[in-house]
Amino acid sequence: MFMWIIKRDLLLAMRRQSDVLTTLFFFIIVVSLFPLSVGPEMNMLRTMAPGVVWVAALLASMLSLGRMFSNDYVDGTLEQMLLSPQSLSLLVLGKAFAHWLVTGVPLVLMAPVLGIQYDLPTDALLVLTAALLLGTPVLSLIGAIGAALTLGLRGGGVLVSLLVLPLYIPVLIFGAGAVEANMAGVAFDAHLSLIGAFLLVSIVFAPWAAALSLRVSLE
Amino acid sequence: MAINWFKYSSPASFYLLAGKMVPVFVFISVILLVVGLYVGFFVAPTDFQQGEAYRIIFIHVPAAWMSMFLYVVMAFWAGIGLAFNTRLSSMFATAIAPTGAMFTFIALWTGALWGKPMWGTWWVWDARLTSELILFFLYIGFMSLQAAIDDPRRADKAGAIIALVGVINIPIIYFSVQWWNTLHQGASVSLNQAPAMATTMLTGMLIMVLASWMYSIAVILKRTRVIILERESHTAWVAELHKKGAI
Repeated sequence: MFMWIIKRDLLLAMRRQSDVLTTLFFFIIVVSLFPLSVGPEMNMLRTMAPGVVWVAALLASMLSLGRMFSNDYVDGTLEQMLLSPQSLSLLVLGKAFAHWLVTGVPLVLMAPVLGIQYDLPTDALLVLTAALLLGTPVLSLIGAIGAALTLGLRGGGVLVSLLVLPLYIPVLIFGAGAVEANMAGVAFDAHLSLIGAFLLVSIVFAPWAAALSLRVSLE
Repeated sequence: MAINWFKYSSPASFYLLAGKMVPVFVFISVILLVVGLYVGFFVAPTDFQQGEAYRIIFIHVPAAWMSMFLYVVMAFWAGIGLAFNTRLSSMFATAIAPTGAMFTFIALWTGALWGKPMWGTWWVWDARLTSELILFFLYIGFMSLQAAIDDPRRADKAGAIIALVGVINIPIIYFSVQWWNTLHQGASVSLNQAPAMATTMLTGMLIMVLASWMYSIAVILKRTRVIILERESHTAWVAELHKKGAI
């Protein structure tokens, strides 16, 4: 069931590749806007880089949340999924994982390239990538709750940002903090451990909360 | 004689009970407010370090405490409403949110007013200030989610889920001072050691805290009454009240 839903969502995403690319290019454009707005001063860009990349990743991940359930909701598939005897939490976990594969992984792969634009040293690039790799699944998992709650509402897109962005903040703090700690020459593994803890907690609780939200939204 | 407490979980009987309780709590809160402000502004001594500016704590600290406490209460009642499907608990949670958001805003605002003379800046990105700001966002998110949903039952349940998820933030706020101890001072009041302030200051502050409690209870009960009327407007007992001219 878990593998099936991932396969299905990936297949659907591959049939509509432009959606995937839009999110990725949104990420790239947002990151590229900052040097244009604050000036190409390399020292400043280097200190800003972790924060900028993380904020852009947050926004890109959030913007694509609408697609997690809405297509299935519109054509009625979601209702059938709710009626099925399979665990809904597992299904949501699968959908969140597929969402991460489609939006999170491209961001993680792209981040080092953007980091080079900001003149980050090599080991900082590695930390940035590792932090994003641990952190972006958390964004998809928490986002699933917001996406499920705002399903089919007027102005759901703006509302989901209001609900989800405050909950993203701890990931943002420690994700950007890990890279900053590395650049300052102090240990960064505590930051990564905390993001790992967020990931484990959200794997356990977020699918359950999102499944509950789906039932609320569709009853 | 055993009192059947569940009787008041019905909106109709709670409406009448709340109607009797509101004036009582308004009365107590006004008395406490006057006493608390008098102690705070005329009795409590001037702080030797902070001068007169410290007196903002008589509003700031109660507001900050209430902002966090009300969120937990709101999440608790929303959770009860979600788990047991009781209408009144969810209405109560909805009624708490605006008061909580107001106290959060007051805490942020008075904090800024205090920060300017003390720290020399209106705002610092300190962990505690930031978490209070996030708490404000959580209240706003809760209220706008409920406002966006037309069906009140779905609004109740959706709000309950987001409130419970946000509860994770409350311990982060509380422990933030210990975790990322930066500019904001540690808690001045604690149970296991003597308070680091004069007794009259503490008395004034505690009276103000009680006044904020009483105020919150009064306003929340009043707002719950309004929500009950709005949602139950199709029922016979509301029509009955209307006929009697009680509304």
